[in-house]
Parts: sequence; structure tokens; C-alpha cells
Amino acid sequence: MMEKMVFGRYIPGDSFVHRLDPRSKLIFVFIFIAAVFLANSTVSYALLLAFTLMSIFASKVRIGFLIGGLKPVMFLIAFTFLLHIFFTKEGDLLFELGFLKIYEEGLRQGIYISVRFLVLVLMTSLLTLTTSPISITDGLEVLLNPLKKVKFPVHELALMMSISLRFIPTLMDETDKILKAQLARGSDISSGTMKERIQAVVPLLVPLFVSAFKRAEDLAVAMEVRGYRGGEGRTRYRQLKWDWRDTTALLILLAVIVALWFLRG
Amino acid sequence: MERILSLQDVRFTYTPDDADGRHAVDGVSFDMQAGEWIAVVGHNGSGKSTLARLMIGLLFPQEGTVGLFGDTLTEDNLWEKRSQMGMVFQNPDNQFVGATVQDDVAFALENNGIPFEEMTLRVRDALRQVKMDTFLDHEPQHLSGGQKQRVAIAGALALRPRLLILDEATSMLDPQGREEVIRVILELREKTGLSVISITHDLEEALLADRVVVMNGGRKFAEGTPQEVFLKGESLTALGLDLPFAMRLSALLGEQGIGTEPGTMTERKLVEQLWTLRSNR
Repeated sequence: MMEKMVFGRYIPGDSFVHRLDPRSKLIFVFIFIAAVFLANSTVSYALLLAFTLMSIFASKVRIGFLIGGLKPVMFLIAFTFLLHIFFTKEGDLLFELGFLKIYEEGLRQGIYISVRFLVLVLMTSLLTLTTSPISITDGLEVLLNPLKKVKFPVHELALMMSISLRFIPTLMDETDKILKAQLARGSDISSGTMKERIQAVVPLLVPLFVSAFKRAEDLAVAMEVRGYRGGEGRTRYRQLKWDWRDTTALLILLAVIVALWFLRG
Repeated sequence: MERILSLQDVRFTYTPDDADGRHAVDGVSFDMQAGEWIAVVGHNGSGKSTLARLMIGLLFPQEGTVGLFGDTLTEDNLWEKRSQMGMVFQNPDNQFVGATVQDDVAFALENNGIPFEEMTLRVRDALRQVKMDTFLDHEPQHLSGGQKQRVAIAGALALRPRLLILDEATSMLDPQGREEVIRVILELREKTGLSVISITHDLEEALLADRVVVMNGGRKFAEGTPQEVFLKGESLTALGLDLPFAMRLSALLGEQGIGTEPGTMTERKLVEQLWTLRSNR
């Protein structure tokens, strides 16, 4: 189950999309999300879908893997599709079976909304699949930099994010260890009533919290010893490089938006 | 010889408001010359870790002074002094800040505003010194404890420090990891003449030092070369400290009537004495 999840997973690679600067990818996805709402005709939705498939192709992520991993979302999309089909009663009647009546407009709206949803989910997944979490953090830090003028703690936020990301596997291991230790002491979290199971989680969470605080304290001391004094006067080891790929990607997006504008019904 | 560290009658308590409070460090003085390796040993609660924290300005003594590289350590010169020192802690996981090996090594450099071009050189250089240069992009969860500690040492070395403090840096490692770390330290000293203070309760590690300081109850109990200190035998075991394995073995052999030289510290010397035992006569 966990292995198949696509959300938030990063798959290292060397494709055109992988090599884009995280900044351009972030800008790209944000503009794309807004642009999706421009589409309102069959041609424009077809264009969106085609463009998304092209992006997936450029990222060399296997489409089967992507669809397989997004199964939970597919259910949601199917559900909204059915809702539209059965409850929109406009246009010509296409099909009738007892009380079931499907109208043309319903079918159209159902398909539009599903495509819109699908395209949004695919594009955002593509961002996280081809960009390591740490690069996303770097990109965000640079993009949010102007907010420093209004005293928004951009550097601190980025550091917090990167440290949390860094400690996720460590804390996962720890949880596993504590779970096994509690199992060895006869605790049982896989049977019993809902209430009993929730209660059995407490002896798991308490030691986990205690150790997380201990780790945080140790880490703070280690950072201080290594000269950490906040963002002032710090240099960056991770350099972001904007090259022709990034400009190309954004220009293509611009072309798609212009096309969308003219294809609006 | 330049004196790089000098503690003078340092006293520190964690409970300064409590008049009867115990001093964690109680009137400790010692000096360290550039290029020396000093091991500070003592059992739990002897004040040895507090001592390490006083040296790098994580704590300030209530009485006495800590001198570093010729100046007294104060709040004002704290960061400048710290940029010339490195410290490696006990838990390999809790001091790994970066997402990958190279990010972690660069952390102290970033903090000190070293320009990017210089950073890449220093990161590679430091990792080469601890033999971790093929692990640049590895994430901490895929490294062993010994490897993580070597990365932590590289993180300290990247700043080109004059003094490296190891605060029980090997105590959470398996024997192999411990071996790796100690070998790296020995090599570094040979090549660069780095000054090292190792806070430890591993006596085999203390044997490698030039000088040993034994702490007990916040006070300095003994100081001298490993030979001098470990000859105190019984009085050290009374403090809850172990003696090196070779010494214990040679004492037991003595009980069996097999006389070896008193003060045999290392396994190799003991073995040498044993196999030449008969031929000498």
C-alpha cells in the first residue's frame, strides 16, 4: 500500500523535467493550476489533457505507475463524474433506462470536470515525483524571499521544513522500534474495539514524543556549536541554476495559455 | 608550543540559586598545548560532559575562566572562537542537520558565510580526510553509525578547526564503527597535527591520548600520561572506572605466578612479553 503511494514520493531520474530548476517547476505548476480554469470547451480540455500527457512523457515517469498510484483519487474522479451524469438535467436526452436518464449536458459536464480534476492531480504529482523534497524547499525559500521585507521568516520556515524532512525516516525507524518493544511487552494494537485500539496507541506516542524532544534539543545544541545564528550572513551550498530548459518550459506554458484563450468557447 | 586551551579554577553548577547545590564542575584547571590529544575520563555524572560544554561556550562558568587560543572566552568573542573549533557529539542521528552527506558537511561553512566555490572544495577535502568522499549524496538513514560520526567529524574539519572536541563520540557505535572513527582521528593527527580533546569512558581510547585527565564528582582526580594514570590501578576502579583489558589480564596472570611488567597497557605489548617470557631467561 505504502509502496504504491504516489503522493509526495520522489523518483530520482535524469529527464528534461527532472533537470528543471525547482523554481521554474513551482512557478510552472502554480500558473498551470490557474490556467486549467480557463478551459471551457471540448477542444480546450483536449489541449489540457494532451499537454499534461506530453509533460508526463517528458518526465519519463511510467504512466501506468502514475495511474496505479493515484487509484484513491481515481475513485473520487469517477464519483464526481457519476454525480454530474445523473444530476445534470439539461440538453437532449441521450439514454433512458427506467428511472435513469442521462442528458447530453450532464455527460459533457461530467467529462469536463473529471478531466480538469485529473489534469490538476497529474501535474502536481509530477512536480513531487520529479523534484526531491529538499529541492522544493530550496525553490520555495528563494521564491518567497521577497516576503522577508514584511518580516516573514522565510529562512526559518525553509530550515524547519528541511529538518522535518530529514527526520521523517529517523522517526519512522524509531516508531517501528517502539512498536516492537511494546508488542514484546504484550501490547496489542491490531485487535479489540476501536476504543481499545486508540488506547493502545498512547504507549506508542508517549515515548516517541519524549525522544523527539530529546532529539530536537541535541540537534539545537549541535547546530549552535557549528555556528548557526539564523539566516543573517549565511551563504548557500545548494545553488539553483536557471538555464535554457527553464525558460523553454515557461515559454511552452505561455503558448499553451494563449492557445487556451483562443480555444475558449 | 602554543597554549590553545587553559581552564583556570572553573566552577559550574546547574542550580546556581540553590546554596547547597552540587557543582557539576568544581574548581578544575588544566592547560592544553597545540597538537596535543587529551582524553577526559570519568564515570557518569563525573562532570566530564559539562566540562566539554564549558570549553565551547555552551555553558559559562560561574567562577574561573576558560581561555581559548590566548583569550578568555566571553559572550562577545564566542562565535569567533567557535569558528575555530569543532565538536562531535554522542548520538550520530541527532547531529546530522543536512539532507545529504555533503549538505551536512557544508552546514558549518554556510553558517560562517564561506563563499560557494570555496565551500565545494572544502566539503570534498573534509570528506576525503574521513574517507567518506564517495558518499556525497547519501542520505543519513542509509549510513551506519560509524559513517555518520565520520561525516560529523568532516563537518567539523571543513571549518579547518584548531581544536576538535569529541564528546563521547564513539560510545553509541558498534566495535567496528568505533574502530573506524578512532583510525580516522589517528590519521588526522598524524597528517595535520590537529589538537583533540576526547571525552570518553572507553579506556582503550584514552590509552591513545598524550595525556589523561580523570574526573570524579566534578573535580579533577588525576592527570598525567596514560601510563602514569593507569598505574593508580585500584584507586581508579574505586571510582567506577575500568582498567584497560591488558592491565587486568596482566594482574590476573600475576596472581597465577606469571610475572609481566607492571604498567603493560596494550594488548600487543602484553602478547610480546608473554611470548618472550621464557626466552629472556
